[in-house]
Parts: sequence; structure tokens; C-alpha cells
Amino acid sequence: MTTVPAAPLLTMLLAQTRSELLMRWRVPAFSVTNLILPIVFFTFFGLPVAHLVRGDGVSIGAYLLASFGAYAVGNVMVYGFGIGVANERGMKIDRLMRASPLPPLVFMLAKVVTALVFSLVALVLLIAFGIVVGGIHQPPAVWATIITRLLAGSLPFIALGFAIGYWSGPNAAPALANLIYLPLSFASGLFVPLNQLPAFIQSLAPYLPSYHYAQLAWSALGAGREPLGVSLLWLTGYTVLFLTLAVRSYRREERAKFA
Amino acid sequence: MAAVVVELRGARKRFGEVEAVKGVDLAIGAGELVALLGPNGAGKTTSISLMLGLRRPTAGEARLFGLAPEDRRARSRCGVMLQESGTTGVLTVREIVDLFRAYYPAPLPTARAIELAGLEAKAGARIGTLSGGERQRLYFALAVCGDPEALFLDEPTVGMDVEARRGVLESIRALSAVGKTIVLTTHYLEEADQLAHRIVVIDHGVVIADATPREIKARIPSKRVNFSVETAVGEATFRGLPVRNLELADHRVRLLSNEPETVLRGLFERGVVMRDLEVTGADLEEAFVSMTRRA
Repeated sequence: MTTVPAAPLLTMLLAQTRSELLMRWRVPAFSVTNLILPIVFFTFFGLPVAHLVRGDGVSIGAYLLASFGAYAVGNVMVYGFGIGVANERGMKIDRLMRASPLPPLVFMLAKVVTALVFSLVALVLLIAFGIVVGGIHQPPAVWATIITRLLAGSLPFIALGFAIGYWSGPNAAPALANLIYLPLSFASGLFVPLNQLPAFIQSLAPYLPSYHYAQLAWSALGAGREPLGVSLLWLTGYTVLFLTLAVRSYRREERAKFA
Repeated sequence: MAAVVVELRGARKRFGEVEAVKGVDLAIGAGELVALLGPNGAGKTTSISLMLGLRRPTAGEARLFGLAPEDRRARSRCGVMLQESGTTGVLTVREIVDLFRAYYPAPLPTARAIELAGLEAKAGARIGTLSGGERQRLYFALAVCGDPEALFLDEPTVGMDVEARRGVLESIRALSAVGKTIVLTTHYLEEADQLAHRIVVIDHGVVIADATPREIKARIPSKRVNFSVETAVGEATFRGLPVRNLELADHRVRLLSNEPETVLRGLFERGVVMRDLEVTGADLEEAFVSMTRRA
């Protein structure tokens, strides 16, 4: 026989990614929350102080755009994977997918690519808003560095999303995602600069993943609080932790559904 | 026999305390159209899950195209329609059929898959707006869109109205006619009889019959006969008549039979006066009880 044994993986990945993008785009709970919410938050917390300059000469507007950029990408990842995966489990999409020739890894990879695309769009919209409405200016190379670093460093939040998605159900996931991600962002100084937060939160922040994640963006402006290597080390550690939790819940589900 | 497409060898599956499949040996060859027939909870869905690698056998083995069922090369040759599986509501019928086509090396044209499922009028509709029966037809379209060699259809016509059901059964026959291997489950003897070349009867996790529809029909008492009598009758009255599961209570008589006409003629000849006579299709569940009892 000369039949092709299976469809090319790249064809599958492209088709799957295209569908994932459409699905996300058409669910306002995802698309609006992912793309608009960071801009709304920035309008309240960032715009009023955008014209100020820090003691070290860094523009507070740019600093807060970097903060909200970090918030925006984490938001896409934690909500997208957390609620998305929990919903799909609730609808038993996994059973049909499982019986199809689509490898589970391609299925997940398509979700990651989709989330990265949404993150990129969220960052571009946010920064464009900051430039046009807030009059915040930085060399294009700085914006490009912030965007690249935030996308590349988003792995711990993808893992956190998966952990929430596999650990909770479709009803609990949104609450859990909010309960974890909002306080995490706040305590890491993403909404309000760290030095304006209560002392005990300031001492807690250096142990949180969002704190180290935001350093990737802050340091691109020369406002980092630690060397890049230290941030990466923390982020790697959190990725391992969240991934372990995700894999554990995933395996429990595998045993129950497909063993 | 032609090349074996799917095989279960001594397959057992236990879920906690319950053993859903208790040692099934089954080989299905290329081009066969096989119906797994049995009442709800008989182990049909578990058997199909084992064939497809959706469940791992507790003991025994499952092979698909001679490979482990999880193997992508085996899966790429199968189309699947499952019970209890969902899909996202925000894509349109055409979009999701297009997506599933990408999973297969040589798929059908999208329009052809939609036509086989009789969903032309709904091609542009979002999945979330489909009725239960339409959704079931969509799953049929997803099963056939890859133009696979083998189709596994778990209760394919559940929830469909008469017309949709007829359309899907026609498509199944057409696909069988061009050489596809088809394994379907049903709890309608009538549906299995209309479609299949071979019926495998499963009950309580074991195969209790594996034969042509004609042979199966001869073995399953397909009609229920109920009536009342003026004067009570004994079992002796029914001696020599093709009767099963005879129940006599006061003046009520209940029985199962393959040949209700013969039974009634015999009873008339023996002078039995009947009232409130009812002849209906037998419930498969009770028919199977009678089969296992006699086996």
C-alpha cells in the first residue's frame, strides 16, 4: 500500500491553532478579559501618574506599562488555560480528542501558540494605548525587549493555568483563577508600585512568581531590582512547581477517565 | 477471512467493584459491518473503548490494525463517534469538520462529509445552536470526514428523529458498500438487523451470541404476547408451542415468542379464550434474560 500513514503534524498544528484562535476570539469572556481588561486597569492605576518620573530617572508611565504588560500576559495564560482546560474537561471534549489521531502534545501546543498570539496582541494594544493616550515614549528596541521577554518568560503562568484547569472543575476554575491571580499581581507590585505597598507585602513580594516575572520587563527599562539570572532561576523553579501540580492532577484524571 | 481490523483477545475491564467486560474474544475483518447489540450497561461502550484504546484492558489485549490502539497510525485509519463526548459550541459545523479533516492523511471534501451526515442546511451554523439530533449527526460527520478505513459508531442514532435516523443509516450502508469496516453499537435489534452483516450480542460483559442477523433473530424471542383468560390455564396448555418466559398469574398470561402467530393459532385450537390480547415488540433486556437463561 502507498497510503500516507498519518497526517503531517504541522498541518494538524496549524489547523488546531486556527480553531483555537477562533474559539477564543468568539468567547467575549476570554477575548475582552484578555485584551481590554489590562488597558482598563492601566487607565485607572497608570494614566493619572504616567507623566511622573522616578528618582532614578525612569518614567513611571513606562514602568507601569511594563507592570501591566506582565499582568496582561499572566492573565491570558492563567485564565486561558485554567478556565479553558476546566471547561473542556467539563464538556468531555477530551474523550473525542483522545480517540482522534491528533496527538495530545499537538493539542496542547496549539493552545500555547494561541495564548502567545493573544498575549502579543494584548501587549501591543496596551503599549499602543500607553503611547497614544498616555504620551509614554521609549525607544522601539525597549518595547521590543519587553514584549519578547514577557512572551518568553510566560511558562510558569502557562503551568499555573494548567494546574488550575486540571485541578478544579468548570464551575470552580474562574473563582480559583481570580483568587490566585489577582492577589498575586497586586502583591507583586504590578498594579501599584512596590514602594507604595504595605511593608509586609513588600517583604513578601520577592517570593512571588509575578514579582520575578515583572523584573524581566522592569529591567528592560533599567528599573530591575535583581540580576536577570536571578529572575530566570525563580521563574524556572515556579515552572517546575506548577508543572508538577498540573501533571499530578492530569495523571489523576487520566487514571479515572482512560485507565 | 480478510485482514483483521480490530481484535479483542480475552479482554476484561474492571471498574472498581464492577467488571464491565468479562473476557471478550472478538475479531472483526476488513469490510465487515458488525453491530454490537445489547441492553444498556451490557458492556458495549466499554468494549468499543477497549478497541480504541480509550480504556486499557484489566486483562487480555486489544489490537487495532495489528497495532496498539493508541498508535497514531492505527488511529489515523479510524473514524469515531462516541457517546458522552462534547465539543466546543462556538465553531460552525463547517469549521469543525474542516478541523477534523486536518487530522487525517487523505480526508473527504468538507461538503461531502457534511452531506453524508445530512447537515447541509446547518453547515454555517454554530455548534451551540444545533439540536440534540443535529449534534449527533455532526459527530457522524466528524467520524467520516477523514475518509477512514474503519468506523466506530457508539449508538449512532440516539436522539435522532425518524428522518435523520434513516439518512444516517443510509450513509452507513453506503460506506459499507464501498468497503469500509464498520463497528456500531445499538440496543435496537431492529437497527442491527437492518444494517449489519453480523451481530454480536453482548450481555453482562460477555458475548452471548455472534452470528448473522437471521440466526440471531431466530434465537431472540422478539415479541411479547400478553392476554387474559376466562378460566385459568396451566403450563400444560402451552406444551409444544414456541414460548419463552411464560408467566401465569391469576387470569393474566405473559410470554415471549419468535412466532406469536404459531402460538396464538395453537391456543385457539386448544380452545383457550383470550381477552385484552396484546402483541408488542419485546424489550431487548428481557429477551436477553431469556437467552442467557436458555444458553
